Amino acid sequence: MHDLKAAPATLGKVAFFGGIYSNHLALEAAIRLARTRGVDAMWALGDFGAFGPHPDRSVELLMEHGVQAIQGNYEESLSTGAEDCHCGYTDPRDNHYAQISYDYTFEHTSDAYKRWMGTLPKAARLEVGGQRLRLCHGSPRQINEFLWASNTPTPFIERMLKDEDADLVVCTHTGIHWQRRDADGRGVVNVGALGRPPNDGTTNVWFAILSARPGGGVDVEFVPVHYEHGLLARQMAQEGLPQEFIETIETGWWTTCLEILPARERAAGRY
Amino acid sequence: MELVTLPSLMPTPTGAFPEVPLLALDTLWFQVSGTICNLRCQHCFISCGPDNHRLGMMSLEQVLGYLEEARDLGVREYYFTGGEPFMNRELVPMLAQALAQGPTSVLTNGVLIKAETAAKLRGLQDGSEYSFDLRISMDGYDAATNDPIRGAGTFERIMQGILRLAEAGLNPVITVTEALPDAQTREGRGRFLEFLRRAGLTQPRLKILPLLRMGAEAGRQRGYAPWESLAGAHLTEDELRALQCSSCRMVSAVGVHVCPILVDDPVGGMGRRLKDSLRPFALAHPACYTCKVDGLSCTT
Ligand code: SF4
Ligand code: SF4
Repeated sequence: MHDLKAAPATLGKVAFFGGIYSNHLALEAAIRLARTRGVDAMWALGDFGAFGPHPDRSVELLMEHGVQAIQGNYEESLSTGAEDCHCGYTDPRDNHYAQISYDYTFEHTSDAYKRWMGTLPKAARLEVGGQRLRLCHGSPRQINEFLWASNTPTPFIERMLKDEDADLVVCTHTGIHWQRRDADGRGVVNVGALGRPPNDGTTNVWFAILSARPGGGVDVEFVPVHYEHGLLARQMAQEGLPQEFIETIETGWWTTCLEILPARERAAGRY
Repeated sequence: MELVTLPSLMPTPTGAFPEVPLLALDTLWFQVSGTICNLRCQHCFISCGPDNHRLGMMSLEQVLGYLEEARDLGVREYYFTGGEPFMNRELVPMLAQALAQGPTSVLTNGVLIKAETAAKLRGLQDGSEYSFDLRISMDGYDAATNDPIRGAGTFERIMQGILRLAEAGLNPVITVTEALPDAQTREGRGRFLEFLRRAGLTQPRLKILPLLRMGAEAGRQRGYAPWESLAGAHLTEDELRALQCSSCRMVSAVGVHVCPILVDDPVGGMGRRLKDSLRPFALAHPACYTCKVDGLSCTT
């Protein structure tokens, strides 16, 4: 476990990658973008595998480019040999597709990478612009808790920040980026996902850059990533992944894992 | 031949009841119309009905008081139920305040939702940055299965309520109990979703709830047997976390209750204010057995 008590690194500009879900093409494009923007560090917040093709390629990119990482529920499951992804779905249809995705990823992730995933911490702390960042996959208290914009209200965020002794919680797991911060810039930033579009009918995916303001405080920028989604779709088809997953990559609408969406996020999508 | 143990021959467990700590107060329930309901369903676990005034209506002032306390405690989400919450004339202003501070759901039988109500609810949804959910209970795809449980003519009236919400651009979650045998299979679920799609819900959402063998349901089928008890049971940390009473409380006109199930039984009482109720609870009620074994949670 990462030592949350150790003094956090102080940085000026950091890129955060949410769930990659084996979208190695989007990850590669995002790393390039982050470098162009002159970031001091890159962090991946877990769920490197799932959904997409050739999971090892994403891990290789993380290693090659020195992206620092914490575990998501996928890395926790893969490194402990769990039977399923512990994504936290409650609906039988969602779980059916989650299982297909997990079984494929488990089979195609090399043992050495699974062991490496087991060495990653589940949490980390950084300091940017004088603000104390608490990184996690789902929520600080639970690796697979979903923090959606429409069900993470301000009073709950205030309690979370107090419990965590932090100014900003930086998370992913839901696949849709959003932020809710108070006048002092304290709050939650969900960095979204590189793995698939945020159920908005476009094909690009997202990550976030947090940078220190000259006078103190943090700017949050969500960065769109355009990548060769047609090529990814073809690779998914070659690997025999479900047509429903491919449709999401090609259309930008989610077709599975829908039951977990709160009313507001569900209504914004097509299905 | 296989030997089957008849339930009546199952031994009665003994020993201390496990205690569940309140790990975090995430969910707050409001029993806004007490046990008062326009229907009198055969399986209602708190035997609600038009003349059941054991628990009365909550006032707007009471609800606002608890909402204020909840905001200070960092509650994440709110649920409004009864009885039939739309029998409380102050429901809309109550919901408006709840939606100003967090995601909110209303559990209703849908019968009282007129076009005008649906329009007001749509306004509430549009006015909040948080999710607003209506949840409507029914017990079958037609009058023949639904009405024997919910009452004559209710199927038609529930469907009208659902349609009015759909027309106003709201997408209610439909709840079905396991009184509908079909609800327990994946195929049955699929059939129900298809039925809702045909009825006009473009993104149908369904929640299946296990039955609680208490209140009116105890008379319809059977009550809890002595063996349905958690006496002497040891629950792991994950099992405790999975119980909704580790993260919720309910308030009614008479005070705070441990959960939305033990609202009509003095054993569930936990004090006047939320801050009095932040302590562990011993799982001594037979309904706790259903929660543990069936994984029941009343949230959506
Ligand atoms: S089950 Fe619901 S609708 Fe039926 S009597 Fe009870 S509270 Fe009323
Ligand atoms: S009935 Fe269920 S939710 Fe209520 S106290 Fe018992 S176990 Fe907890």
